[in-house]
Amino acid sequence: MSFKSWINGEEDLLLNNLKTTRREDDHVKPLLTDEEKKSENSKVLNKIYNVEDNRRLKRFDKTYRVVAIVFCVLLAAAMLFTISYLPKVGDPDTPANSSVVSERYIESGLQETGATNIVTGMILTYRAFDTFGETNVLFIATVCVMVLLMLDEKILEKLDKTSDRIYEPDYDPILTLAAKVLCPIILLFGIYIVLNGQLSPGGGFSGGAILGAAMILYNAAMGFGKTQRFFNENIYKVAKITALCMYGLIGTYFYITGANGIDNMIPLGTVGAILSGGIILPIDIAVGIEVACTMYAFYALFRRGGL
Amino acid sequence: MIIFMVILMGILMVCAIAVTATKSLLNSVLVFMGFSIVMSIIWILFESPDLAITEAAVGAGVTTVLFLATLKRIKAIDLEENLIIEENDQSEIPSWAVAENNEKVEGGASDEL
Repeated sequence: MSFKSWINGEEDLLLNNLKTTRREDDHVKPLLTDEEKKSENSKVLNKIYNVEDNRRLKRFDKTYRVVAIVFCVLLAAAMLFTISYLPKVGDPDTPANSSVVSERYIESGLQETGATNIVTGMILTYRAFDTFGETNVLFIATVCVMVLLMLDEKILEKLDKTSDRIYEPDYDPILTLAAKVLCPIILLFGIYIVLNGQLSPGGGFSGGAILGAAMILYNAAMGFGKTQRFFNENIYKVAKITALCMYGLIGTYFYITGANGIDNMIPLGTVGAILSGGIILPIDIAVGIEVACTMYAFYALFRRGGL
Repeated sequence: MIIFMVILMGILMVCAIAVTATKSLLNSVLVFMGFSIVMSIIWILFESPDLAITEAAVGAGVTTVLFLATLKRIKAIDLEENLIIEENDQSEIPSWAVAENNEKVEGGASDEL
């Protein structure tokens, strides 16, 4: 029962059982007396005007620079030497061009995935499991940043008066006007790239990054008050978890049917239409939401300590 | 096209060296943004527009903004420091004198002598 009440936040198991002692490192040094100050000052002066020591430091500085430059040049030379052994572009004998996998992607990718953009088609269907891992990495990264930087709401209210944004102008006419003109266009472009991922270059990751950048621009121009009207912490949580679960569900269905050789029920559609490509479009949307939320959350957490 | 490519590669190298050589952190962040933009043009010339879009959005946009937010957080941008000093009217008193008179020294130079 105590575990349940701990989950609900009713009692703290560690509250009365844990002894805390101040560590020695955390102690603030006591202020120096006058004599100690004098001796410290003379120590510093001796160190500053010590000619021998300064000469040694200067020599070390010079040798350090020379060694660093030589090391960099040697490293670059080694890398260039290795590059000269790489095969030429389009060489038919290399494993990248002669293997069965890439041949299969290029020859039957269009029929099997229904995507004219072969890169997105490959990433989100043949390699959907890898992309699921990448999306999870983004999720875990934001969770870690939230653990490190997120602040309580009570602390946030106090900090809002003393934060680093206090020295910024309330209304920056250039930034605000530029954001008003640019934000809708950038958002539209991002949505276009997400939805058109199977037809033209782009896809979930690129489009999501553009959407996140547009939201960051809006936030920088208008402040957190206006952004929270359409994107606050609750919407962030719902959007992010829903997107990840959606990817997980669609992906699981796709892996199971694909691994067992069953035909899946998702229609491929006509090639070239927006509603085509089978699972590519919903997965693109899920990844786009995930990436956009990640970008914006990083910015908001760095800036304010809360969404 | 090859000449254009060589010029872009040269700019890339200059940017990469300038990022490490500049003493101001703000300048190196801005030069790094230029590096990303040149890199995205090179991706287009290598016929990979997917990467170019991502590089322009993430490398030039979001990473730079995150770097700037971090610089602001650790108070590494000079402009803001000057503003704070002006507001407290302590611009004439040198910093070591202020640190000596106050009881609480927050990681100042005199604390670690």
